[in-house]
Amino acid sequence: MISLQLRLPRRDFTLDLALQLPARGITALFGPSGCGKTTVLRALAGLERAQGSVAVGQAAEQVWQDDAAGRFLPPHQRPIGYVIQEAALFPHLSVEKNLRYGLRRVAPGSARIELAQAAALLGIDHLLARQPVTLSGGERQRVAIARALLTSPQLLLMDEPLAALDAARKAEILPYLERLHVALAMPIVYVTHALDEVARLADHLVLMAAGRVQASGPLAELLARTDLPLASAEDAGVVLQATVQAHDPPFGLSLLGLDGAGQGGGEQALGLWVGALAQPPGSPVRARVLARDVSVARSAAADSSILNVLPVTLAEVQLGAATALLGLRLGHATQAMPAATRLLARITRRSFEGLQLAVGQPLFAQIKAVSLMR
Amino acid sequence: MTTLSFSVAFSPADWQAITLSLQLAGLSTVLLLLLGTPLAWWLAGTRSALKPLWTALVAMPLVLPPTVLGFYLLVLMGPQGPMGQATQALGLGRLPFTFAGLVVGSVLCSLPFVMQPLQQAFEAIPPRLLEAAATLRAGPLDRFFSIALPLARPGLVTALVLGFAHALGEFGVVLMLGGSIPGKTRVLSVALYDHVEATEFADAHRLAAAMVVFALAVLVSLQLVNRPRAAARVASTVAGAP
Repeated sequence: MISLQLRLPRRDFTLDLALQLPARGITALFGPSGCGKTTVLRALAGLERAQGSVAVGQAAEQVWQDDAAGRFLPPHQRPIGYVIQEAALFPHLSVEKNLRYGLRRVAPGSARIELAQAAALLGIDHLLARQPVTLSGGERQRVAIARALLTSPQLLLMDEPLAALDAARKAEILPYLERLHVALAMPIVYVTHALDEVARLADHLVLMAAGRVQASGPLAELLARTDLPLASAEDAGVVLQATVQAHDPPFGLSLLGLDGAGQGGGEQALGLWVGALAQPPGSPVRARVLARDVSVARSAAADSSILNVLPVTLAEVQLGAATALLGLRLGHATQAMPAATRLLARITRRSFEGLQLAVGQPLFAQIKAVSLMR
Repeated sequence: MTTLSFSVAFSPADWQAITLSLQLAGLSTVLLLLLGTPLAWWLAGTRSALKPLWTALVAMPLVLPPTVLGFYLLVLMGPQGPMGQATQALGLGRLPFTFAGLVVGSVLCSLPFVMQPLQQAFEAIPPRLLEAAATLRAGPLDRFFSIALPLARPGLVTALVLGFAHALGEFGVVLMLGGSIPGKTRVLSVALYDHVEATEFADAHRLAAAMVVFALAVLVSLQLVNRPRAAARVASTVAGAP
């Protein structure tokens, strides 16, 4: 568990928060520009000195800052990796020397990752002899990530590592980040203001605004809430953990079973049809369903072209001027399903009134699009 | 007016002055770099409210007549001055009219020529590179030697050359502090002055021309060493250009 208690007056706001973050998986710090998320990351790294405390565990050496005890570890004594938007490669050193910079400063016993391993993981083997100035933006960022990994950090801090890159370069790096997560089991704290990166990478989400924490919790739970500012974003939507169940080659489709859904009380398993996947049955996948791609009906239409129609129960409603945001619990059963297995649907207020929807009502969610995150 | 036709050979006395000047400039440059580099590094990074004052103090020799500086140094180093008392208490004797006194004066006089290029070079290093080094386990001293110094190399070369050239040509402070004792304080610029005073224009021409040629050579080689190619390479990487 990572515990933070930080207070730091800034020009526009005062950073003031107390946070408990899981010491595993990817935690995303999400919020608008200038909300203090970078400052939180810098305080974790020791690059910024806020008042308060920072601890990544119970042991004495895992307390990185404790003002009450007068303890503050400078950045070079914290077992972190730190990657920023601009990569910050050393221009006077070759790629290989950049990679070795941190590696040779780590105590020999505690280096768990080898140069060849990191280079292979990030696909930069062929760049080792190059000078940083000759690299593309995406290559530079991969070198910076490998360089940070080679210090074998206990915690990887990433500050908008993809923000300086165009969509193509982003798409180039995202798979590497996912591999990192899987291959090294290294906890990552990831700062971003891009919701699609959050949906794709994060396990835990911290929402920030004006120096404060609005909400902190498991990603799926927070994305499914209707009462957070997230829900009003154009690309608001939920992520669903699912398992590949079967393939349907003649139609070029695959069937996903939603984890945690349909296991209680004799309810049938809930599934989603998606475009054909390469993964074998049993593989875990993460699917994202945007609120704007979900509509509801009071009965299951047998004459619809929409493939994915799931029984749901209306759990929450947030009314806007012209739209209504619906929180939908999967299944028609009365017992509560895990909060994570929810959908959001954004419909017009006119439809909401016309259908005379009420909380607790059984409905059918028609899902027009599912995107697979990993 | 004497004729311009003269022998190119320097007299032994002039050679002595040239050698002394080179020794003074060489020793001053070494001391300047040892003193100026950490000072410039500190000034470049400090958030002290007194930074403008320190910067101004270091730059004073640029705007003050060297004779003013020499006068105060003479007072400070004299038997009643605090520096003079200190050197005497330490058994070093008095500094005025000695080679050591010249070195002190020349270092002070040339300090801004060394400090300014160094400070500018250090300030041009993006903080994120030093922060990246810190997160890669490099302590403060390590960061200075592995990142700051290599990236400040053009500034370092400029500082070295300007410091040496300025120390070599220093006149006002030398005259106030050292007079013209052959082999001890009679450096090139003073020898030149003496020649002119004695209307030995051929000798004066030789020394003056040698100084002009030297200065030109120094500035041209500085251009060559700090060619834009090398500087641009660092700058564009630093700026994160694609």
